Amino acid sequence: MFSDNIKQSFVALIAGLIFGLGLIVSEMVNPAKILAFLDVAGEWDPSLAFVMGGALITAGIGYKLIFSRSRPVLSSDFLLPVKKEIDGKLVMGAALFGIGWGITGLCPGPALTALTIGATEIYLFLLAMIVGIFGFKFSRKFLGQT
Amino acid sequence: MDISSLIPALGGGILIGLAAIGLMLFNGRIAGISGIVGGIFPFKSNDTGWRVIFLVGLVLSPFLYRIFIGQITEINFDTSLPLLALGGVLVGVGTQLGSGCTSGHGVCGISRLSIRSITATLIFMATAALTVFLIRHVLGA
Repeated sequence: MFSDNIKQSFVALIAGLIFGLGLIVSEMVNPAKILAFLDVAGEWDPSLAFVMGGALITAGIGYKLIFSRSRPVLSSDFLLPVKKEIDGKLVMGAALFGIGWGITGLCPGPALTALTIGATEIYLFLLAMIVGIFGFKFSRKFLGQT
Repeated sequence: MDISSLIPALGGGILIGLAAIGLMLFNGRIAGISGIVGGIFPFKSNDTGWRVIFLVGLVLSPFLYRIFIGQITEINFDTSLPLLALGGVLVGVGTQLGSGCTSGHGVCGISRLSIRSITATLIFMATAALTVFLIRHVLGA
């Protein structure tokens, strides 16, 4: 009755809602909680480790079962990263992301989830993040790099 | 710290894991937020819709929370505006250069036992902790 494309969009909507609920329930939308985890020399809050633990056990088992299938339910292929080697881009990118995360306590998922529940400063962070994401992608494209 | 305060953390993590499972089982996609956002450009007619709709779900999730679970207190930011902007740009550029963020590398990648993701997660955790240490305990902000 519905095309796979419509069904995939419905799955994406539900997945986005559940993902966001997880971030709110675990309070990971609150940068103060993130910074309290990262502040190992202060009054350390282990919450983020439990969030990641819960997510990793769930997704780890789930993925294992899913990858025993030959294909996803609504699509022809699993689209997984093919790169295996650790290169300078990965190391430099992760390092820069970590610095930005450490300065603000915000990463992309929580920042987007906080759009309607954060003080107005969240708009500045999101705007800067989007400029960073697409500025980088546009410059790559127009400078002809891969 | 009270151990029972860690139950929501674990429960929230399980929800995030379930969302990642759903997106992979049905659509064959990684639930990495920076990748989902970044993949909107360059535009492809059959690949942009689900990305935007996933992000709509993410943005609408607080309304669902309010309906079924309870109130949400407004989130405040202690970071100064210039630093929030700088941090935003670093998060944007860093996640694209490094092909992932906390969700893409930290959750989905490690769940697949990807060496690249394990490496990236260790690096961004380390530079983030170092940054917080410098800001809070060296510069004393």
